[in-house]
Amino acid sequence: MTVLFGQLFTGISIGAVLLLIALGLALTFGQMNVINMAHGEFIMAGAYTTYVLQQSITGAGLSLAVALPVAFVVAGTMGVLLEVLLIRRLYARPLDTLLVTWGVSLILQQLARDIFGSPNVQTRAPELLTGNVALPGGLTIANNRLFILALALAAVAALTLALRLTPLGRRIRAVVQNRDLAAVSGIATSRVDRTTFFLGSGLAGLAGVALTLLGPIGPTMGTNLIIDAFLVVVVGGIGQLKGSVIVAFALGVLQATGEYLTTLSVAKVIVFVAIVAFLQWRPQGLFTLRTRSLA
Amino acid sequence: MSLFRGRRILAGAMTLVAAAAMTACGSKTTDEGGATGVTADVSGDTVKVGLLNSLSGTMAISEVTVRDSIMLAVDEINAAGGVLGKKIQPVGEDGASDWPTFAEKAEKLISEDRVAAVFGCWTSASRKAVKPVFEKNKALLFYPVQYEGLEQSPYIFYTGATTNQQIVPGLDYLKSQGVKSVYLVGSDYVFPRTANKIIKAYATANGMTVLGEDYAPLGSTEFGTIVNKVKSSGADAVFNTLNGDSNVAFFKEYKSAGLSAAAMPVVSVSIAEEEVKGIGTQYLEGQLTAWNYYQTTPGAANSKFVAAYKAKYGADKPTSDPMEAAYVGVHLWKAMVEKAGAFDVEKVRSASDGITFDAPEGLVTVDGKTQHIAKTARIGKIGADGLITEVWNSGKPVAPDPYLKTYPWASGLS
Repeated sequence: MTVLFGQLFTGISIGAVLLLIALGLALTFGQMNVINMAHGEFIMAGAYTTYVLQQSITGAGLSLAVALPVAFVVAGTMGVLLEVLLIRRLYARPLDTLLVTWGVSLILQQLARDIFGSPNVQTRAPELLTGNVALPGGLTIANNRLFILALALAAVAALTLALRLTPLGRRIRAVVQNRDLAAVSGIATSRVDRTTFFLGSGLAGLAGVALTLLGPIGPTMGTNLIIDAFLVVVVGGIGQLKGSVIVAFALGVLQATGEYLTTLSVAKVIVFVAIVAFLQWRPQGLFTLRTRSLA
Repeated sequence: MSLFRGRRILAGAMTLVAAAAMTACGSKTTDEGGATGVTADVSGDTVKVGLLNSLSGTMAISEVTVRDSIMLAVDEINAAGGVLGKKIQPVGEDGASDWPTFAEKAEKLISEDRVAAVFGCWTSASRKAVKPVFEKNKALLFYPVQYEGLEQSPYIFYTGATTNQQIVPGLDYLKSQGVKSVYLVGSDYVFPRTANKIIKAYATANGMTVLGEDYAPLGSTEFGTIVNKVKSSGADAVFNTLNGDSNVAFFKEYKSAGLSAAAMPVVSVSIAEEEVKGIGTQYLEGQLTAWNYYQTTPGAANSKFVAAYKAKYGADKPTSDPMEAAYVGVHLWKAMVEKAGAFDVEKVRSASDGITFDAPEGLVTVDGKTQHIAKTARIGKIGADGLITEVWNSGKPVAPDPYLKTYPWASGLS
């Protein structure tokens, strides 16, 4: 029983990591339909931001607290630069966007190698986050995983509220549902695109900070994550946040269960087979956005 | 843009990523022409040697230090007049933690640079990848890392431990401590899988139970489930054959799950002083390691080695077993060449038997038959200062037995 709950929590926490890395992509890919292969490198930028801050701020807890907003802004700014300099010129040419952002991702990886060196680096976690919460029955829940879960849920809540309630959110939704109609209604769509890209990339930065609590930071960490992130968004359904949320947790629990019953490699196969089967049944993903758009 | 179109492009993206991965795997050089071997170029007043280590990727955390200590040995030899009157000229290549790249770079060092010997490789996967290249070209590799045994190539000198000099003593130590059950955790490639096969054979013959066995891909950083399985198994100890920085994620998770060295000790065979520094002592204090050398090993040869290394690379740089084995490898090669009186690979090989070197780990002797070296086994405990202190040693050098022929329980292994 303890094991069952332990595994359930492991699954949920894998889901929380998936959710964090996919949330930004749900905005840029899901809402704007831009395939940004450099999204993983924005995650890496967030992780390295934490590392750099820890060189100057000695308290591990304080540096983590500072890293969250700073990484958001750093990754967000990189996203805006990418949007303004390259992606904006290629909105009508999605395949070119794909290639260009892939190139950017390789450039950013090499840049990280040149600045921080090829070997992976580590950060110190605050003492509070290295412990665990002991529950009755011998069940323990790791504090760092609880923190990541809380961060993921907070990010989803903040994003949902922003999209629902703020004027900016309304504009973003209007552009997603019908870009032309939004434009003729007086919405500066290019500015909305830029803001959306800032938010999406900033969320990748947040994910990067969270990942430093679990493992090492390296130039290729983004590449290892990008496919998982795309899977979550595609299966969740493009244009909707709730699909990504549900799918992230479902895949996390499926992965943890599969891994417990078999091995890690077999669990990965199970997850992929499940995704392929699901997309055969629902090619549009879990949820779709109903619009009157003709595009 | 329609949703359908978005998906088709995404499929394109994934194909691209897959294609990139496949080119990386397929770029192995399979030049079958040079069966006669390439002669090293020793015509000038220098002799070239190749250094082949991963300076990037998941293995760089470990392999960069090996490169550094090889360079230290080269500098020492050059300062003392070189080998047979020729200065050593090192040619460095980056294996990039990618096995086909290792094979490609090995081919380059042998055929283009025409080096007299190559020092390097860390993972067994990289050694297995370069082995045919060295055998085809009849060139020499000095491999500095402990490995899974069950191998003997005429063109490789193994200066790290084989299983009966590291894993078997590690198991003997656990047995003497009253450990009755173990859980095996390892990276998913040849070394951990073979090592665990040997551990299971040992366990069966010695009344130990193996409660579980799990593998994670190299570079994997998600250990939630594996640690859960380890914890719920209630094993007396964990035998860890993870490599590279998966160890960082594993030990972070291990501590988060409330496990500790006191509750369930972990014996690691790929964590030395350098990795301890990278993972963080807060996660490792009190855990066990099995090696043949620690920075704290007593003796004049080691004091000299540690002092020279720190003088060259910085006072905060620790020395470790694979670094020491790599350093020893260069010195052994020099001794072999001088005994043979030539750089010729076959002459060097036949001169190798019985060569001794007063190494930092103690006296080592080359066994010409297996091309391994006799080494003292040492079990250590990781301290709060990041150094490892010895808790047990084999008392005298253990003769190498890569195929475990002298152990009856290992007869079923191949």
